[in-house]
Amino acid sequence: MSYLSLTDTDRQEMLAAIGVSSVEELFEQVPPGVRLDRELDVPPALGEAELARHIEELAARNVHTGAELSFLGAGIYDHYVPSVVDVVLSRGEFLTAYTPYQPEMSQGVLQAIFEYQTIICELTGMDVSNASGYDGMTVAADACFVAKHAVPDRKKIVLAETLNPQVRQVVKTYAPGFGLEVVEVPHTNGTTDPDRVAEQARDAAAVLFQQPNFLGCLEPAPDLAEAANEAGALAIAHVDPMSLGVLEAPGAYGCAMAIGEGQSAGNWPSYGGPHYGFLAARKDFIRRMPGRIVGETLDMDGRRAFVLTLQTREQHIRREKATSNITTNQTLLALAGLATLSWLGPEGLREVGETCLTLSQYTRKQVALEPAFDASALKEVAFRTPIPAREVIRRAREHGVHPGYALGRDYEGMDDVLLVAVTEKRTKEDVDRLAEVLAEVCR
Amino acid sequence: MSTEPGRAWSDAPLIFERSRPGRRAGRPPRPDLPVPDLPSSLRRAHPPRLPELSEPELVRHFTALADRTFGIDTGFYPLGSCTMKHNPRVHERLAGLPGFRDLHPYQEDEGAQGALELMWRLQEMLAEIAGLPAVTLQPAAGSQGELTGLMLMRAYFADRGEERDTIITADTAHGTNPASVTMAGYRLEKVGTDERGNLDLDDLRGKVNERTAGLMLTNPSTLGLFDEGIEEVARIFHDAGALLYYDGANLNAVVGISRPGDMGFDIVHYNLHKTFSQPHGGGGPGGGPVAVRDTIEPFLPVPRVVQDGDYRLDHDHPKSIGRVRGFAGPFGVFVRSYAFMRAYGPGLKEMSEVAVLNANYVLARLRDVYDLPYDRLCMHEFVLSARGLKREHGVTALDIAKRLMDYGIHPPTIYFPLVVPEALMIEPTETEPKERLDDFVDAMRRIAEEAAESPELLKEAPHGRPVRRLDEVRAAKQPILRYLFDEHPALVG
Repeated sequence: MSYLSLTDTDRQEMLAAIGVSSVEELFEQVPPGVRLDRELDVPPALGEAELARHIEELAARNVHTGAELSFLGAGIYDHYVPSVVDVVLSRGEFLTAYTPYQPEMSQGVLQAIFEYQTIICELTGMDVSNASGYDGMTVAADACFVAKHAVPDRKKIVLAETLNPQVRQVVKTYAPGFGLEVVEVPHTNGTTDPDRVAEQARDAAAVLFQQPNFLGCLEPAPDLAEAANEAGALAIAHVDPMSLGVLEAPGAYGCAMAIGEGQSAGNWPSYGGPHYGFLAARKDFIRRMPGRIVGETLDMDGRRAFVLTLQTREQHIRREKATSNITTNQTLLALAGLATLSWLGPEGLREVGETCLTLSQYTRKQVALEPAFDASALKEVAFRTPIPAREVIRRAREHGVHPGYALGRDYEGMDDVLLVAVTEKRTKEDVDRLAEVLAEVCR
Repeated sequence: MSTEPGRAWSDAPLIFERSRPGRRAGRPPRPDLPVPDLPSSLRRAHPPRLPELSEPELVRHFTALADRTFGIDTGFYPLGSCTMKHNPRVHERLAGLPGFRDLHPYQEDEGAQGALELMWRLQEMLAEIAGLPAVTLQPAAGSQGELTGLMLMRAYFADRGEERDTIITADTAHGTNPASVTMAGYRLEKVGTDERGNLDLDDLRGKVNERTAGLMLTNPSTLGLFDEGIEEVARIFHDAGALLYYDGANLNAVVGISRPGDMGFDIVHYNLHKTFSQPHGGGGPGGGPVAVRDTIEPFLPVPRVVQDGDYRLDHDHPKSIGRVRGFAGPFGVFVRSYAFMRAYGPGLKEMSEVAVLNANYVLARLRDVYDLPYDRLCMHEFVLSARGLKREHGVTALDIAKRLMDYGIHPPTIYFPLVVPEALMIEPTETEPKERLDDFVDAMRRIAEEAAESPELLKEAPHGRPVRRLDEVRAAKQPILRYLFDEHPALVG
């Protein structure tokens, strides 16, 4: 199968117009020494029906969240994705447009990005949001690059150990190129001690922490931000958009930037992507923001119009002096986020948060295991298991329940800690079933 | 909303302007249990001002915005260097299968065998296309693939105990190349282009030395020309112990025809959203896998997808640069690109042949009307200059681009590459039928006539879009980057 459109007649007419006798002649500029003189060694072509069958077979070999009762979270959450998202994703105009370089051709997508930026600012209490980053991990590296330039005399970044391990790994991969050193502040019974942050922040450009944190606990986020601010470091909060109907906005407790993984709001888990990362900041950092930003202006007839703006920050203008190398971002996924958060509205978002809070509390009560930490939780609870958590997962899956994430994958001394996540898609009965299976397999 | 007739097109209220207090669409489930308290210091004091709409109004809103957006599905989109080819719809259906869409990335490997096999098979095909043995799928987009490639160079030289601090790019390079060089902590050096559009070898020989880590090059270049001296270029770098990085933005010209590994490149990134038809989504998502020579393989990001009996994610690579993105990469993108490659099979070569045929046909039919800075056959795209029209009639590449909109065609890339004044960079792609190419040629020829007869038509274009030209200076000088509700400024022209 192919998606080509030329007929044999077309080809002959076109070759004649060019003045060559064959397609091969067009490739004479490719030196013979670097040509591939054989057919590509890839599997044979498939028609659409065969292709669909082959790929459906691959999909059927995965155990998805509809095929077992899943309590997996740890950064990627099984929240409900409303059907209005399909309106956005199925419209060919959104799906098949490029980055909106030509505003007259792209007012719809530009306006939608402007609306997305507004929603992210509202959720986080910030003044400016970019049009999206790759995911919740890379936006943390972007934020460090902003901090490096905003606090130029400091070369250190402080990460709370309770920050998502993958976020920390990505920051550490990027840091050497930025000329930054990374230090981590260990947790104290599941949360981060503001005094230990204050100590480390004295010579740091930024402090990054997560609310709720990766261990499921609610951090003393205002105190952590204050510790960073008093030490002259930027406070950067990594937050979950679906929590921000009930949890305070980072802008309200003094953060310079708020970043996060957008997946929970409007994207399916999709084995890790594509999703969107968001990055929002106080207005002080507008001209240091990485990536695309849409602004409002007027057209020559005085009509409201939207356009990519502040482009002198960007790689296609500033080249080696740009604030980031990003071009393609995650617009379509971010628009799914806009649709989802608009579908929920302020009431719905609060209700999602309250349902998660209610079910996580209920889980803590129903599951006959010792909670690993004392701090309050929102949608995840960590439990101590009498046998290694990975073994609990293996056994529970035999009962059709995926009970959660084994924190020992990332944290030393936590091989017996299981992180259980709930969303509004789980029910009281689902939690009862989890409790029953955990009791059975931990016996 | 306007109640005046005939204004529907020009009126698209913001979602916040459609909002009414107390209206709603979604109602999340509420379990029959008491809601616990949150610590008051952490509880939200003021709710976010999200829009309040019913579902019918939400659907109309997004439909109105889609109507004001132009995609490949709408019409011809010859945006140079972006490879705006048709996006097969079966891909959307397949990426949306529950076994993929609802698969949690922390599912145990044995519960994700189909996903892992798909990734492994995709790696194998990409390796064959690049002519290099090892592939990581992790990078999120082309620019992140570039940065990953530079980090790999750094790790490779550090492992060998060599100190090299300079990366060379062409003066025709995409802006992402120099920006990535900075983010990777390297120093940038630029090399010129000769009169045939190839890298200037004399300039190059003077700049490559023991401080050079490598070259970043697009081949064919952003001029749409295959570098005829590529074998000598590779020799110069390898003789100096340096590496060559292939920016895959223009890979669509050479799939199955010439492989970057055979050209001498050591590291290659692919743009899955260009060559392999991931829809661009108005600005993303993309996918930027990277292939490398075996000497660089130990440094690839983790986790890697491996096969040893079963398929699994392998984290155990002590020399790895680490992780550049979450999980194993943008999986939904892999489903689409895998489906695309399986549909073509070895016929991917014909894909590139037709891309090059289409470009040369359009070039042949426009070369007498617009200036052609490098008089050669082109590859999958070509760069014209409106220099002559500017000199004679005062119209610019921008005016031509805006006028094309009135013919229902998306403009080409303009003012890039920087080495061509008044550049128009045109990439038709392989999926366009001859009639659409002819429509474009006719429009471009007609616009050249209009430039002579009535240049104001071009200067004031577009005339038939929802908005006319924008005040971009105002947007940058007085930035309004979000809706501000009651405090939102009212702009006056």
